[in-house]
Amino acid sequence: MAEKKLMYGNHAIVEGVIAAGCRFFAGYPITPQNEIPELMSIRMNEIGGVFVQTGSEVAAINMLFGAAAAGKRAMTSSSSPGISLMQEGISYIAGADIPVLVVNVVRGGPGLGNIAPAQSDYYQATRGGGHGDYFTITLAPNSAQELFEFPRLAFELAEKYRNPALILADGLLGQMMEPVELSDELVDPNSLAENEWALSGCKGRERRIVRSYDLRPGKLEEWNLRRIEKYEKIKKNEQRFEATDCDDADLVIVAYGTCARVSDAAKKLARDKGFKVGLLRPITLWPFPTDVFADMSKRIENFLVVEMSCGQMIDDVKLATEHRSKIHFHGRPGGGVPTPSEVYKEIEKVLGGAQ
Amino acid sequence: MKKIFGRPAGLTETLQRYCPGCGHGIVHRIIGELLVKLDIRERTIGIAPVGCSVFADEYFNCDMIQPPHGRGPAVATGLKRTRPECIVFSYQGDGDLAAMGTSEIIHAAARNENITVIFINNAIFGMTGGQMAPTTLPGMKSTTSVKGRDIEKQGYPIRVCEMLASLDGPYYLERCAVDTPKNVIRSEKALKTAFMNQINNKGFSLVEILSMCPTGWGQTPVQAKKWLGEAMVQYYPLGVYRDRSKEEK
Amino acid sequence: MTKEIIVSGFGGQGVVSSGIILAYAGLIEDKHVTFFPSYGAEMRGGTANCSIVVSNEPVASPIVSNPDIVIIMNEPSLTRFEPTVKPNGLLLYNKTLIKSKPARTDITIIPVDANIIAEGLGQSRIANMVMLGVMAKKTGLLKLETLKEAQRKRFIKANKEQLTLNDKALEKGYGLL
Repeated sequence: MAEKKLMYGNHAIVEGVIAAGCRFFAGYPITPQNEIPELMSIRMNEIGGVFVQTGSEVAAINMLFGAAAAGKRAMTSSSSPGISLMQEGISYIAGADIPVLVVNVVRGGPGLGNIAPAQSDYYQATRGGGHGDYFTITLAPNSAQELFEFPRLAFELAEKYRNPALILADGLLGQMMEPVELSDELVDPNSLAENEWALSGCKGRERRIVRSYDLRPGKLEEWNLRRIEKYEKIKKNEQRFEATDCDDADLVIVAYGTCARVSDAAKKLARDKGFKVGLLRPITLWPFPTDVFADMSKRIENFLVVEMSCGQMIDDVKLATEHRSKIHFHGRPGGGVPTPSEVYKEIEKVLGGAQ
Repeated sequence: MKKIFGRPAGLTETLQRYCPGCGHGIVHRIIGELLVKLDIRERTIGIAPVGCSVFADEYFNCDMIQPPHGRGPAVATGLKRTRPECIVFSYQGDGDLAAMGTSEIIHAAARNENITVIFINNAIFGMTGGQMAPTTLPGMKSTTSVKGRDIEKQGYPIRVCEMLASLDGPYYLERCAVDTPKNVIRSEKALKTAFMNQINNKGFSLVEILSMCPTGWGQTPVQAKKWLGEAMVQYYPLGVYRDRSKEEK
Repeated sequence: MTKEIIVSGFGGQGVVSSGIILAYAGLIEDKHVTFFPSYGAEMRGGTANCSIVVSNEPVASPIVSNPDIVIIMNEPSLTRFEPTVKPNGLLLYNKTLIKSKPARTDITIIPVDANIIAEGLGQSRIANMVMLGVMAKKTGLLKLETLKEAQRKRFIKANKEQLTLNDKALEKGYGLL
């Protein structure tokens, strides 16, 4: 086992991205993710990668478009307002079927909002975010360890399906320090296979075009329908979640990221008092792990959705459970972070007094 | 029969869908010829804009990418930084470069990014149907300035070369035109310099080319050339605005 | 066992360093730990604080609202955090810089002349180390030797003299009770 190192979540992302063989970062400072570009500027210099501090998030995402279209692993990070600016680029990248990694260290919104942790960008992340019919693979880590591990998974999924991937963190995960076991298994960027679509100059082959438009009658429709097939494949193959203590549960808490940690503690409080409570943590927010919900809703009477928002993921829980279960909600929008005792009280409300 | 004139290998056989008298075709040909003359076609990646020349990705016979409106210089940066052995050019119109993409072009120039930018200034939005561009002249009519651009309400045009020349970053800036054979020859020379600068790792080069848009201007091709030479050149003087190779000597 | 700790003071008093040293010490002793600083605009020109959780179980939330232990380095921090301490909790405060007296009667309160002791050792900025030493002795949560090891992980670039001085401050604090 490698030695555990105490790391900021934001720093764990940087090391995870580099371990995944990514050598291109473009970004613009915004709290609470500034530690990412700061450390990237140092690390990319050390390892001969590219670091560009851009004029805006708009430029950053388009630099990614270029770097990834050239067939290289490329990533950017930002926080909510900056991610909004990137949506145009993400739409074009999705439309051109190019794999990139975007990390959103979510903060309170809408507007300038605040710099506190939030989960209010769930809709934006899981519904495409920009214009047009598309989805982005969205991973939700809940620890510094996962912040280190998920970039590699994100790149692999992005490349497998030729689709942008997002990591949805939040200010708390980014700013806190936690022990991380750094894997010594590093991806050598030179070992990655050349893609058959990458732009590199047309020597010895047909020229290639990367684009998101097709003005010929009916052609864009065909293209979109092909992409829908891809999305169906992703939905079938890539649902990820973590379920604990759900087998005998009268109530299952549904929470991701920071809220999943808080809910885990609430679950323990409840179990100590005799309540049969489980926790279901979606790890992929898109594709949403619908299958496990469809299955659980046949026997679980109550789901309690806990989010740092006014309630966004709850829609997916309702869709996935098809009204078979009662769906309860506890939300803290605008930078509020729920406490375990707060979540426990909600459990008590649903399941009645002490058992 | 012996073929004595044809398309350069730098252009595809695809029929170009530009209006009669449009300047894009002339500039395309110059670039297509240079890709061959400089022997860079097989290592070039071109960037097509949004606008009339959005289809440039079908016309240039090299790897091509079509990014969002105005973002060419950012995409070029991503391409060039990851594939420094490639030659990267961004072909942009005035809506693309001087309206939507002002931030991207300014920062690419300030970083002296080693790319080549071809900026077509025809003082009008062609693709969308003749609306006012950031380069539309004072008093000039467009579908969003039907009585002529009113500088009181619609402000002044942007002179891109002069603006970028206020930065320390860019290596080479020149404004040319394609209204006369002499100016076309000058344009070719400027574009060659702009590509050579990149080949020699000198940095950011931009060639602004004043170009005719008879359809958008409501003129015949002949009138359009005349108007360009008289009105446009007066507002946008031709010449070299930055050439750091001179400083190096 | 889960202990929630807040360290608070002015920027420059080693508040963040204290928190990271505590977290590292927990890690060295094979415990689950988190460290969470106040960040962004909140820290500009004002009080810096951080939350540390040391536990035998995975840490749920790194945000601490009702700490078991607070280490208070300046006056504004006392006002802000005294009311938040859990009943039967522990409050250590830097008596040298804080003129008010904590009023709670349901918690243990230990005043420490941290700056005077630190200056006695030759450096006022190691007052935080004195506080950590006192805390280690009072709570038994982390060993003195572990704190010495942990500060070496925090101050990777520090010279040997400074590290030795930090050790002395930790020992001095540890020996006060």
